[in-house]
Amino acid sequence: MSRVTLTALQVMVAVVSLVLWQLLTTVPVFGRVLLPPFFFSNPLDVAHQVYIWFSTGVIWKHLWVTLIEAVLAFFIGSIGGVLVGFWFARQPRTAAVFDPYVKMANALPRVVLAPIFTLWLGLGIWSKVALGVTLVFFIVFFNVYQGVKEVSPTVLANARMLGMNERQLMRHVYWPSALSWMFSSLHTSVGFAVVGAVVGEYLGAAAGLGYLIQQAEGIFDVAGVFAGMFVLAAFVIVIDSIVTVIEKRLLVWRPVAEARP
Amino acid sequence: MPEIARAQTDAPSAIALADVDVAFRLADGGVYTAVARASLDVADGEFVAIVGPTGCGKSTLLNIAAGLLAPAGGRVDIFGAPLPGINRQAGYLFQADALFPWKTSLENVAIGLETAGTPQAEARERAQAWLTRVGLGAFGDRYPHMLSGGQRKRVGLAQVLIRDPKILLMDEPFGPLDAQTRQIMGNLLLDLWSADRKAVLFVTHDLEEAIALSDRVVIMSAGPAARIIGDWKVPLPRPRDISEIKAEPEFQKLHRDIWQMLKAEVLKGYAQAEGV
Repeated sequence: MSRVTLTALQVMVAVVSLVLWQLLTTVPVFGRVLLPPFFFSNPLDVAHQVYIWFSTGVIWKHLWVTLIEAVLAFFIGSIGGVLVGFWFARQPRTAAVFDPYVKMANALPRVVLAPIFTLWLGLGIWSKVALGVTLVFFIVFFNVYQGVKEVSPTVLANARMLGMNERQLMRHVYWPSALSWMFSSLHTSVGFAVVGAVVGEYLGAAAGLGYLIQQAEGIFDVAGVFAGMFVLAAFVIVIDSIVTVIEKRLLVWRPVAEARP
Repeated sequence: MPEIARAQTDAPSAIALADVDVAFRLADGGVYTAVARASLDVADGEFVAIVGPTGCGKSTLLNIAAGLLAPAGGRVDIFGAPLPGINRQAGYLFQADALFPWKTSLENVAIGLETAGTPQAEARERAQAWLTRVGLGAFGDRYPHMLSGGQRKRVGLAQVLIRDPKILLMDEPFGPLDAQTRQIMGNLLLDLWSADRKAVLFVTHDLEEAIALSDRVVIMSAGPAARIIGDWKVPLPRPRDISEIKAEPEFQKLHRDIWQMLKAEVLKGYAQAEGV
């Protein structure tokens, strides 16, 4: 499929969905509107709401807050994950001791932590950052752990034979291997950083996209809820494409066919 | 025999394995003896090939000489001194891909010098020279996955030789390559080796390759408890061309003789594998 055809088809899906949505919420079929506007709003109202947000500039503050929260959550979670992942992978005994607790913590639905974080850290950005960190940390941690564990024994033996000491092995073998695993999960971890921020805001905040959606919902402003969702989706797509660019640069050495999902 | 004795008094062997045993602990608590009482001397500047049936412990013996594996019994001396750990005087060319996938060819070749403290600029310069020597001068910025199997082996060879090790250990290095590339790599190896005659221990399952390359061919028996059962001098003149030397009557006679012995071991190996 050529690039143009693909783009045309992709746009068509959007257009058809939007037209269907508009028709079903405004034009009565057999004397009855199939999607009541109160619950489903309609694309024009939603677009209008988005337009108002951007034209008045209200949205920028909320986007900025969500972005900051997600970025902080991503970096703090990643750094923690890398450090602990490395530590556990190089100290099997420590890893064995903590293993059940790591599994337990990872199995916990992170949403239940949100009220505690709000209690501890208040309604500001830090309770959302904390929620995002708990999500990002485990993804990065597991990948780094795996990356250090699964260094090819031949590459390791080769490094030893080339005269590397323990510190050099770390720098030239374990570290790049762990990073490659971490970067291959970059999309997931960045995505979860945003999820943590938005869910946190939704559950209690004074600003952010999640807060915007929650406010609209509170006054049954369905157009506002949908508008918030669309802005969020666009926000995620932009971030994701930035991640793709970064990933391509960092993993240039890796064969495309073997890239991990 | 007197010749060997003289060699020992003059200069210590590059590699001297004496009654080496290698044992692995099995998952069920038993012990598997891979190699039993193996003795082998490689003189400085000598090219020795080890040939044996698959799974006989040839690579194990190489890992012992490399210091990657500790023997369960016996002595390992490198240039007359016992080997305490990793063999710092040896370069090792592995069978599997051992290049760092996240480094370019140039970085891969330079790394052995950089970790030893050579300034980066100088290390890269020498690495570029080595890449040129192995015929990859224009491929310095490629990552390993962008190279063919033969090219990766060339980078591997440069990566090992740039450190100028006194001993070269090679574990079926050209095993995964196709027949033509193997010949080319064999000739390249002989070329590079003839420049400064390092001691080489070369493991292969290909008898023709072993005879064509080496000064001595050592035959190992089928495992478990593999031993060294044959030691043949290869009196073919150097410099050699691998494809041409195989046509020599002397080569063919030697091949026939050694193969008689090796064949019995290969069949034994098969019988054991099937008996399990």
